[in-house]
Amino acid sequence: MPEARNLRQEGSTGVSRRDFVKGSATLALLASAGATGCRSRVTANRPVKIGFVSPRTGSLAAFSEADPFVLAGIRKALAGGLPIAGTIHPVEIIEKDSRSDPNRAAEVASDLIKTDNVDIILTANTPETVNPVSDQAEIIGVPCITTDAPWQPYFFGRGGTPEQGFDWTFHFFWGIEDLVAVYTNMWASLQTNKVVGALWGNDNDGNAFSDPRQGFPQVLAAKGFKLVDTGRFEPATNDFSAQISAFKSAQVEILTGVLPPPGFATFWSQAAQQGFKPKIATIAKALLFPAAVESIGERAHRLSTEVWWSPNHPYRSGVTGQTAAEFCTEFEQKTGRQWTPPMGFKHALFEVAIDVLKRTRNIDSPEAIRNAILATNYGSIVGPISWPGTPVKNVCKTPLVGGQWVSANKSRFNLLVVNDEGQKQIPTQAALQPLDSDGA
Amino acid sequence: MNGWIDSILQGVMLGAIYALFAAGLSLVFGVMRLVNVAHGDFIVLSAFIALWLQRITGFSSPFLTLILLVPLMFLVGYVLQRVILNPAFGADILRPVLITFGLSVIIQNGLLQGFSADSQKLHGGKLEVASIALPGGLAIGVLPLLTLGVSAAMIGLLQWMLYRTKLGRALRATSADLSTAGLMGVNTSHLFAMAAGIAMVTVAVAGVFTGIRASFDAVSGPDWLIFAFEAVIIGGLGSLWGTLAGGLILGMAQTTGARFSPGWQLLSGHLVFLAILILCPRGLFPRRTE
Repeated sequence: MPEARNLRQEGSTGVSRRDFVKGSATLALLASAGATGCRSRVTANRPVKIGFVSPRTGSLAAFSEADPFVLAGIRKALAGGLPIAGTIHPVEIIEKDSRSDPNRAAEVASDLIKTDNVDIILTANTPETVNPVSDQAEIIGVPCITTDAPWQPYFFGRGGTPEQGFDWTFHFFWGIEDLVAVYTNMWASLQTNKVVGALWGNDNDGNAFSDPRQGFPQVLAAKGFKLVDTGRFEPATNDFSAQISAFKSAQVEILTGVLPPPGFATFWSQAAQQGFKPKIATIAKALLFPAAVESIGERAHRLSTEVWWSPNHPYRSGVTGQTAAEFCTEFEQKTGRQWTPPMGFKHALFEVAIDVLKRTRNIDSPEAIRNAILATNYGSIVGPISWPGTPVKNVCKTPLVGGQWVSANKSRFNLLVVNDEGQKQIPTQAALQPLDSDGA
Repeated sequence: MNGWIDSILQGVMLGAIYALFAAGLSLVFGVMRLVNVAHGDFIVLSAFIALWLQRITGFSSPFLTLILLVPLMFLVGYVLQRVILNPAFGADILRPVLITFGLSVIIQNGLLQGFSADSQKLHGGKLEVASIALPGGLAIGVLPLLTLGVSAAMIGLLQWMLYRTKLGRALRATSADLSTAGLMGVNTSHLFAMAAGIAMVTVAVAGVFTGIRASFDAVSGPDWLIFAFEAVIIGGLGSLWGTLAGGLILGMAQTTGARFSPGWQLLSGHLVFLAILILCPRGLFPRRTE
């Protein structure tokens, strides 16, 4: 059903856009012929427009905190223009704020396409931003590259089927299966009673994690863990005594879950007050940002989570030549803030777009840009990116490893890579330590 | 059996924080018939100001910031009421409510600008995790217990202020009949502003306690508002002790509901709220004078 609708709409609006592009190309040609009449190639070429949607304000704003830094670096690298099919084009990046609202994200994406006539559209940060923007691009027929949302909600959440896939929209990130593997590998590395207590709320993430086939339950059973799942709770819950008492009576030693930072902070205080002390606590979402970890205070020491990307990753930017570590150091020096995983992905997003544009044969043809995306084989700051990808052609998976937050001094926690099973190219920095091991 | 006792106990602790949220809302509604939609945002604002005060003064405990925060929030409440809300009172009861809507948006975005989207927490040190062991493997936190005490004491103080002081008498008179109170020489706009200032004092206390209990960010205000509303309505509009009872009932309904299934936690609170609204539409302890 959705495919049929997409096709029809693409047919009706896509043509007018292509006409417009052709028209403006002709205009540009005329202008160049009239204005110069000589071989001055640099000034005459039209600017290439990159549209970029990100949640700069609202509840997802922490994800785009590093946007100004990342964009400044990219703009500096592009100051001399971009060689496309033998000519140098200036590049214009048009930023739009989704205000963390999916409807607004769709609206600004449509603006970028119809009013600003962008050649390619980029977006990142959670399915709430990525999906509506990708849907607009797919309907109208504009090349679109996205990142920073697990691939299942990106792909299946938009009604994708592995056989069909999408024509215009491409994504790179890891998936739920990687997260399940990383978590269970970390837990298997320590001596425990293998009883896992789960905090999975009644939201997209919680439902995906608890899904019997795609999520944790099947893998846990296969690896010999016992699961204590008290059921989906409302995401706005601010009391966890029911879960704590269930975990205590089942002697849970491994705590996991996916919670927003305030929810987990509440749980963690209540757990301490009510005497629940697991050996391992591996939590998604709440422990992504250093600021959220710091806000938990000293009890955040040795909490574990997945690591999307870190200064420890052995990759290098193809645009600036910086290593992951150099990139993070520059950010920390310029902003006085600690590095965050989404930062690397955002830089990689622009890297990939630049690589695609450089390989495009005809910048005025969306199909040519799309074909360049489909021929991508690029080494970015977050790892190798190539399309068509696996498990579906629109998705390229990036490596995921396990990490532990370790307090470095009173006000700083460092996220160290502690498990790299299946991703041996990323070195571990320490071994996973149990929460209570030094009598804290 | 122990499980049920634990649920009720933890429910009382949860209810105490709801009552703390709701005290100011209840006072403002009781005196001015004004529903302050920005109430939750003011609580978050207080928590952020406490955080900032702690940073610049170096106070070891967030409770100490109350020395500065309480007069500051009183002033904010007083000025806001006198300058912005009082002129909006009149025939149309919606106008002041819409203004509080606007305030809510302004506070949220102002906090985003000023403090970024990071979630923050006030650090209560050892107190945060201290607990008292009870027989049967039960434990209650010292902080929730303290919250309960402060919540009850604050509502007691408000009650005393309203029924035993000259200010309270004037407030009740103004609330009962605005124009007659004015004729008797009561300065009604000053009185409303006093009530708003006192409500902000409760907001300051609620901000510090919730800031220690859980982390907060610029947009967490509205999440807290709904429970405060329900506590006020369960207890009966305008009744302060009713608000305390309403908070406790709501908390216990949620934690006992969660024992059946955590999915029912919030739902069972809302169901109890609806049931009470159907059985006694004016709440459990409505004011006699109405």
